[in-house]
Amino acid sequence: MSIIEVSHLTKFYGKSRGIVDVSFNVEEGEIFGFIGPNGAGKSTTIRLLLSLIHPTEGEGKVFGLDVTKHGPEIRRSIGYLPSEVFYYEGMKVIDLLKYSASFYKGDFTQRMKYLSELMELEMNRRISDLSFGNKKKVGIVQGLLHSPKLLFLDEPTSGLDPLMQRKFFDLIREENKRGVTVFFSSHILGEVQRLCNRVGIIREGSMVEISDIRSLQQNNYKKINVTANGLTPEFFDTPGVTNVQTENGSVNFFFKGDINAMVQKVSSLKLDDVTIEEPTLEEIFMHYYE
Amino acid sequence: MNKLIFKHEFLIRIKSVITWSLSVTTLLFVFFSFFSVFSEQAEMMNQVLERFPKELLIAFGMNDMNYHTVLGYISFYFLFIQLLLAIQAGNYGFGLVSIEETEMTADFLLTRPVSRSKILTSKLGAALACMLLTDVVMWISMFTAISIFSEGKGYDLSTLLLLLFSVILFQLFFFSVGLMISLLVKRVRSVTPYSLGLAFGSYVLSAFSGVFGDVKLEYITPFKHFEPTYIINNGTLNTPLVLINIAITILALVAGYWLYLHRDIHAVS
Repeated sequence: MSIIEVSHLTKFYGKSRGIVDVSFNVEEGEIFGFIGPNGAGKSTTIRLLLSLIHPTEGEGKVFGLDVTKHGPEIRRSIGYLPSEVFYYEGMKVIDLLKYSASFYKGDFTQRMKYLSELMELEMNRRISDLSFGNKKKVGIVQGLLHSPKLLFLDEPTSGLDPLMQRKFFDLIREENKRGVTVFFSSHILGEVQRLCNRVGIIREGSMVEISDIRSLQQNNYKKINVTANGLTPEFFDTPGVTNVQTENGSVNFFFKGDINAMVQKVSSLKLDDVTIEEPTLEEIFMHYYE
Repeated sequence: MNKLIFKHEFLIRIKSVITWSLSVTTLLFVFFSFFSVFSEQAEMMNQVLERFPKELLIAFGMNDMNYHTVLGYISFYFLFIQLLLAIQAGNYGFGLVSIEETEMTADFLLTRPVSRSKILTSKLGAALACMLLTDVVMWISMFTAISIFSEGKGYDLSTLLLLLFSVILFQLFFFSVGLMISLLVKRVRSVTPYSLGLAFGSYVLSAFSGVFGDVKLEYITPFKHFEPTYIINNGTLNTPLVLINIAITILALVAGYWLYLHRDIHAVS
């Protein structure tokens, strides 16, 4: 079942572009990565789905319900962590979390304790006294507190130190195992690669690619590094080879095409060393943006 | 109405209610403490005022006044209380939604499982409760001040009550018009300039409306709709003007709801 269905969603702010004709689905239980540089339309898409802003055209559905008509119902089962966290400055962390929890049915005392201890959050400090990273932690606890079925994470790791980031990722994986669907927006490809099953790449307001992380990497080029005696770059001057570089007697290049042909070609050499690697998402990503 | 939002909104305004109530009370007592002076020397006062240009007196609502009676004296300074209440109501109206947006907490509130109309109704209810609380304090202070300073002079209770209760409609006007304007402009960075502008602007309109007798500015300013001297001298509200006031208030509220339901809440940029 699709948890999120977006079809031809378009948003213009006056004349300036938000997103144009964006369509995609997010299935139940998956972690969907949403990547693109700043200003590509990631936050716009999330804000449309949360009905914070209204679409110019097209529609978005969450849990099968239209976001413009069933906002309150949908939001009952949604957790949202904004990229920049702002809460009532005068409140204490504990009061804010209690205020937030009180909007949902159930008792979340245990969960509040568990999450805040995990994220090492000091509950009795005022929001105004917190650093950016600590506010972000409040955001994480607040977003997960009511055990939502769908999580919107908008650049969630900014401001968190690497140790916290790891804890946060573990937490998200744990939630995901319990069946929580995650919509993970980021411009940092490494973290999307670590966490997500599928990715959508957005550029200047339009989706340019939606695919499995795995097939995105497989259907793309390979990174090949060959070291052999007397090897010259010209040896690899065949179709499908790009970006040939020589370094200390070894040759690097990207290859896209029949891998058998390439392996045969390489096996004709007397090798010192050879590596065939998946390109990182980063390298694929740059490819879309060139 | 959502109780949680109501409570939250009420509590964040409680300090402001205390401040405004104290200001109104102080003003009321300070003015009333001069009552004995005015009432003793009413004759001299009238002679002094006769030398002022009539337009000026009209502008300050000081024509047709009886400083030596309790109600006459109240009608003389009630304008200043109205001015304070107008600023307070304007503050609440302009800030009702906009403060949440400038401080970026709107994202938090609007991602809760509550509809926008419920959010606005709860906020509105809390702000009205706060204004009403200020009014109650003002009413109590008024009767206390009268009992202390009136020197046993009698007055018509029903006329006074009419004047005192009229502030509710008076405030609602500034509140709802403020709310509507705050939703029409792109972003209200600071509430006070707007509410001061609306309050003093309306006051100035009312003052000028007295100077140029035939210019119909009184139609749009609550200071005319609820002019204290009119209420005290006639013992009744100026019904046509009050109806206009109510119509504008309702219109502004309806527009406010519509604008809020269709509003885009922008991210930090």
